[in-house]
Amino acid sequence: MNPSVSIEMVLLLAGLLFVLGIVGVIIRKNIIFMLLSIEVMLNAAGLAFVASGSHWGQPDGQVMFIFILAMAAAEVSIGLALILQTYHQHKSLDIDTLKEMKG
Amino acid sequence: MNNLLWLIPALPLAGFFLLALAGKRMPLIWVAIIGAGSVSLSAIVMFIIGINFLLLPPASGHYALTLWTWMDVAGFTPKITLYLDALSLVFVFVITFIGGLIHIYSIAFMAADKDYSRFFACMNLFVFSMLLLVLADNLLLLYLGWEGVGLCSYLLIGFWYENPNNGYAARKAFIITRIGDTAMAIGLLVIFYQFGTLWIPEILAKAPALWQSGASIATVTALLLLAGGLGKSAQLPLQTWLPDAMAGPSPVSALIHAATMVTAGVYLLARMHVIFQLSPTAQLIVAIIGAATLFIAGFSALTQYDIKRVLAYSTISQIGYMFLALGLGAWTAAIFHFMIHAFFKALLFLAAGAVIEALDHEHNMFKMGGLKNKLPVVFWTFLIGSASLAALPLISAGFYSKDQILWYAWAGQNGNPLLWLIAILGAFITALYTARMVILTFFGGTKTSVEHIPDKLMTIPLIILAFFSLCAGFIELPHNFGKLTLFSDLLHQVLPKTILRLAASGELLFQLLASLATFAGVYTAYILWHKQPERIQKLKQSEFMMRLYSFWHDGWGFDRLYNTLFVRPIIFIANINKNDVIDKIYQGITFVTVGIYRSLSLMQSGSLRWYIMGLVIGAIIILGLQIML
Repeated sequence: MNPSVSIEMVLLLAGLLFVLGIVGVIIRKNIIFMLLSIEVMLNAAGLAFVASGSHWGQPDGQVMFIFILAMAAAEVSIGLALILQTYHQHKSLDIDTLKEMKG
Repeated sequence: MNNLLWLIPALPLAGFFLLALAGKRMPLIWVAIIGAGSVSLSAIVMFIIGINFLLLPPASGHYALTLWTWMDVAGFTPKITLYLDALSLVFVFVITFIGGLIHIYSIAFMAADKDYSRFFACMNLFVFSMLLLVLADNLLLLYLGWEGVGLCSYLLIGFWYENPNNGYAARKAFIITRIGDTAMAIGLLVIFYQFGTLWIPEILAKAPALWQSGASIATVTALLLLAGGLGKSAQLPLQTWLPDAMAGPSPVSALIHAATMVTAGVYLLARMHVIFQLSPTAQLIVAIIGAATLFIAGFSALTQYDIKRVLAYSTISQIGYMFLALGLGAWTAAIFHFMIHAFFKALLFLAAGAVIEALDHEHNMFKMGGLKNKLPVVFWTFLIGSASLAALPLISAGFYSKDQILWYAWAGQNGNPLLWLIAILGAFITALYTARMVILTFFGGTKTSVEHIPDKLMTIPLIILAFFSLCAGFIELPHNFGKLTLFSDLLHQVLPKTILRLAASGELLFQLLASLATFAGVYTAYILWHKQPERIQKLKQSEFMMRLYSFWHDGWGFDRLYNTLFVRPIIFIANINKNDVIDKIYQGITFVTVGIYRSLSLMQSGSLRWYIMGLVIGAIIILGLQIML
């Protein structure tokens, strides 16, 4: 453990990454970029887990990160498959043109 | 003998069930035999039991036959018990005997009607209910019969239901009598609360011990029972239904609206006489209502042109005499007048029915006339009935019964000169409208030709009733000649004697005055409608007289008064409430819910990015709250 990097800094980085991810999901119109932003958010959460696990010297944080990694892999595979299908059907990946529920 | 008692009501009931279930498929002759036969058999059983009752009077003064216990709830055990004493005997006699004659008459009268079996089924059910009413030994069973006759009255007034007006008349009769019935039901509850029983003999025995004379509870109970009687007997202020009830066939008017059902109020008051004796106020009210009714209805009868409406108003007026007698404490005189009235009024209605049918359903007396020689049997029987109604002295039964009431109105314990004056004026008017009716119908020139001559089945009951209208009075002769008191002796087993205010002197003078009133009435009618009809024309030119005429013709404006007071406000409220005011609350709840739903559904925009925005904002708010608090 490198003592020069404090836990606060790492958590701040994780928070920043998470906010970047959220902002990306909200402002992006393209579904692929939204998916990427979600990946960023997941990794931000994973970073927070790993950092706190190392801070308290517990293995749980790394276990959780493995879970997140597995989940992210599954999510990406399904997400990409959905995106492919969506593109086949609508010839567009713009989230605003794809919305069909109107109140 | 006692054991046969159940047959009297059971026979008409069996007739009703047979006709109601299978009447449509039977040949007409079978319907007639069952319909009229059941009541006639019942009359025969009544004669057997009645003769036995008179010859070998039971020690207790009554026959009682308990059939079964109706219900048994917490000490309240009304039984289905038939109770025959002198009072019910008179009523059962009238119901079965006159009822039987009317049924026989109906065989011919209704022969052309397509609902032959329905008519006889309803008539039989009516006779059964009426018998139940007068034979009941407890007030609950009496009330069952009371409602039963009301139902049959409704069914039979609206018998020719294709004409909506007949339906309205039936509903009017039903609703107005229901007002009285409701009051009576409350009266029964009061009695049960006070006595813990509805068994009539026990109530009558306990009442003087439980209540003091003039106690307000006695007055209240008596007035509630009276209200029931007023509704059924078409007395002021609930009299307006009876003239409209003439929409039914003539035998129905004869049986229900003249002879039996409308006198149920008289029966009720006589049966519960102890309660009325305990309340002088209530008795005075009964007498005043009777006097006012006989007076008002008499004038209305004078102005009608429909022969059946004349008879209807005359019925109201005559029942007014009975109520007057009840109020005066002349119990036996009231019942005597009831019996005589049943004879002559049934006769008059049946004869009027024969006239109406002979003239092809012409009700208007001014279009009749000159029927004296064309329908001789109807004419003579009608004349006898009219003589009895007008109380023609010495020869008619009506004289003996009405004279008693007039005498007690003067000399009875509760009598007073004013009541007597109204009663004697009523007697004059009775003679006047009766003579007018006879003159217009049977004398003068022919205006409508006779279509068919009445059948034998119709004339024979008329002749029998005419015989009784003449001779039934001889069983009770006044004190000053004859002094025959068969009828009142019989009834004094049940009803108290009438106490005289003064020593019985001057009775002859009052009889002469009553006779004078009758003759004056007949003579006035003879002058006005036969000898010098131009006098009527002269009267008609005065505007005041015409106003008075239409006022009397419309029954003293009672219908209009009730329309303004009750019917219109209720229709007004009903119109306001047409869309159900209470329902508005629930409609409001739905409206608000739907509104919230619509505004919330705007959030379901389908825009994924807005959803996430919402999530983020929500998370920030929750986290912020967590930190702040």
